[in-house]
Amino acid sequence: MLPTKKDLIEKLQKEIFRMQGFSIAGKSGAVNFGLKQIESAFPNAVFPTGAIHEFLCMANEDHAASTGFISGLLKTLSADGSPMIWVSTSRYLFPPSLKSFGIEPDKIIFIDLKKENDVLWATEEALKCNGLAAVIAEIDDLSFTQSRRLQLAVEQSKVTGFILRKNEERMTASPCAARWKIKPLPTASIDELPGLGFPTWSVELLKVKNGKPGKWTVEWSADNFKIINTHQISEAVNFSKAV
Amino acid sequence: MQKRYMTIWFRHLLADRMSLRKPELKDKSFVFKSIIRNRVVVTAGNKNAQLQGISIGMPLADALAIFPDLEVFQENPKQNEQLLKALGEWCIRYTPTVAVDLPDGLILDISGCTHLWGGEAGYYKEIINRLRNLGYDVRGAIADTIGTARAIARYGTVSPIIKSNQQHDALLPLNPAALQLEPVTLMKLNKLGLNRIGSFISMPRSVLRRRFGEEMLLKIARALGNEEEPIQPLHIPQPFEQRLPSLEPIKTAMGIEIAIQKLLELLCKQLNTEGMGLRSATLKCYRVDGKIINTNIGTNMPNSNPEHLFKLFELKIASIAPAMGIELFVMEATKVEELNPVQESLWQKEGGLNDAGLAELLDRFAGKLGSAVIHRYLPQARYWPERSVKSVASLNEKMEIAWRNDRPRPVQLLGTPEPIEVTAPIPDYPPMLFRYKGLTHKIKKADGPERIEREWWLDEGQHRDYYTVEDEAGKRYWLFRSGHYNGEKPSGWFIHGFFA
Repeated sequence: MLPTKKDLIEKLQKEIFRMQGFSIAGKSGAVNFGLKQIESAFPNAVFPTGAIHEFLCMANEDHAASTGFISGLLKTLSADGSPMIWVSTSRYLFPPSLKSFGIEPDKIIFIDLKKENDVLWATEEALKCNGLAAVIAEIDDLSFTQSRRLQLAVEQSKVTGFILRKNEERMTASPCAARWKIKPLPTASIDELPGLGFPTWSVELLKVKNGKPGKWTVEWSADNFKIINTHQISEAVNFSKAV
Repeated sequence: MQKRYMTIWFRHLLADRMSLRKPELKDKSFVFKSIIRNRVVVTAGNKNAQLQGISIGMPLADALAIFPDLEVFQENPKQNEQLLKALGEWCIRYTPTVAVDLPDGLILDISGCTHLWGGEAGYYKEIINRLRNLGYDVRGAIADTIGTARAIARYGTVSPIIKSNQQHDALLPLNPAALQLEPVTLMKLNKLGLNRIGSFISMPRSVLRRRFGEEMLLKIARALGNEEEPIQPLHIPQPFEQRLPSLEPIKTAMGIEIAIQKLLELLCKQLNTEGMGLRSATLKCYRVDGKIINTNIGTNMPNSNPEHLFKLFELKIASIAPAMGIELFVMEATKVEELNPVQESLWQKEGGLNDAGLAELLDRFAGKLGSAVIHRYLPQARYWPERSVKSVASLNEKMEIAWRNDRPRPVQLLGTPEPIEVTAPIPDYPPMLFRYKGLTHKIKKADGPERIEREWWLDEGQHRDYYTVEDEAGKRYWLFRSGHYNGEKPSGWFIHGFFA
């Protein structure tokens, strides 16, 4: 039987991804993060590990929410006991809190630096090391060339990189696999009881390489992600953002 | 070739050492004590003490009765041996074979060494004078056999150097104790009136054996050279060091790179043969203008991989200024540890914190940015949030207690809590709204309070009542009130963290 047109296009698409250095699956094949609807926004409906993800966070609150969401992802990535490296110049992260996201905080090695340039160097070196589960870097400013270098590093090692960027105004084009924006949302009460519920975030995919941006409400409960609802994004917006 | 031996006798080894360390003791009398068979006995003393009539083996009480101002020190049983070893290593400069002769001597095999100091007399003088200048009261002797040299060093009165094959004549006038015989044998000899070696040395062997036993015959045979005396030479560990002289002074970074690579290859080969790994190394560059440039690297785990070590040095090449050129490179492993054998993994590489790649990565960080930038945290059994983690330096350190997650803790914790303005309805209730950095947050939901007492044994101050709050927009904060509610003056409220 001759391959249909659709199959052919899919095959060619995969070829193009490969040539662009965009890995479809990470070092251990497809990783299941429990984020089904979000994963479907990515090409082939697979969350790209072994790639760079950018997170935009201006305020401290957004930063905390992004950290929470990343920690949820790290739980799956570091399930085999691999260590992680966290590079930063101004770190407020409180290690014991990560335990509630299912991470062993002693598996994270923190590199606390003074200069931005050192952060870039350390991040690139760390991304080249394939014994790591992930590298998280807090970088304020990242030029296209610099992010390209990071992308080249992960293509070799298949390590997943997360970059937390505070400076939203000076956003440039970047070769990252995805650009995220996580904001905290009011929690839902548990069983109508007073007090706070499970951490809830609005997860927005601003840019996806070869994928469809979207917006979701995600809750962290019972040590897993739970997608509460999916926001519809009009095609027009979709088109303008998927540059 | 005829063997020649030199023995050195340290007459007051421990006392000399003590006087060197504490010069104020030099003119005083002091002894060392030790408990032997439940008696406190003098085991060593300095010259002054011996002049007062205090002898070794005397009970300490007797010694103190003779000379009440005596200073007494506890003897360290291993010190003798350590001191002799150190002195023996120092003597390696005169001969490659040096042995320790417990309790107070050294034996040097000087065969074929003495001509470098202009003959045996010059050689003897050089060693004895150097040791005396160091502050040790020594006597020495040179002879064909160890036994004779030992006897002459301790009891000789004429010349310290006994010519070849003259040991028989040299021994004749000495006291039998010079042969280091057993006390029982010495007592028997004394009883029989045999006060000199000469009076019994030519007696038939069978007679001597019957009266004094085999031991004495052996000692005599060894002293005369009829039988070889075994010694255990000191072994000096070879330093892990490699040198690379250059024909032309090296000025370029490329040249330095090549030199480092060559040296590392040699050094790692040397390390591998002994199963050692490098923890720190120093590269010394001797410049043409006489200056020496030192460059240091360190590793987290013992390592003998030249490629990795080169990467560490590569980061430092920029700091090596060759100026007019470098003529000699010396690479020294200043700290080595036993290398953990690496097992070739068949299916999966060893993950986790023991990963070799991770250790090498951290070495590179420590090399370029300093080891102070690397942090790893372990839980600590403390309630105060700031102190609930401790920073550890090693990757291998294990947790003493498990991580807790029974209490809500913010993802981000401010280093120091920042003051906020609040409106709280009633005491012990979370605030209705608070103002932080110019923004007013209306609180919708709150949990708490969780009271955390101050660790009063460490610092003074108020306890904290923590509330987890969420504002209208869904942002979550960790707030606390310092101390109890006080109606008269406003309570101190602070923000301490942000929840995910």
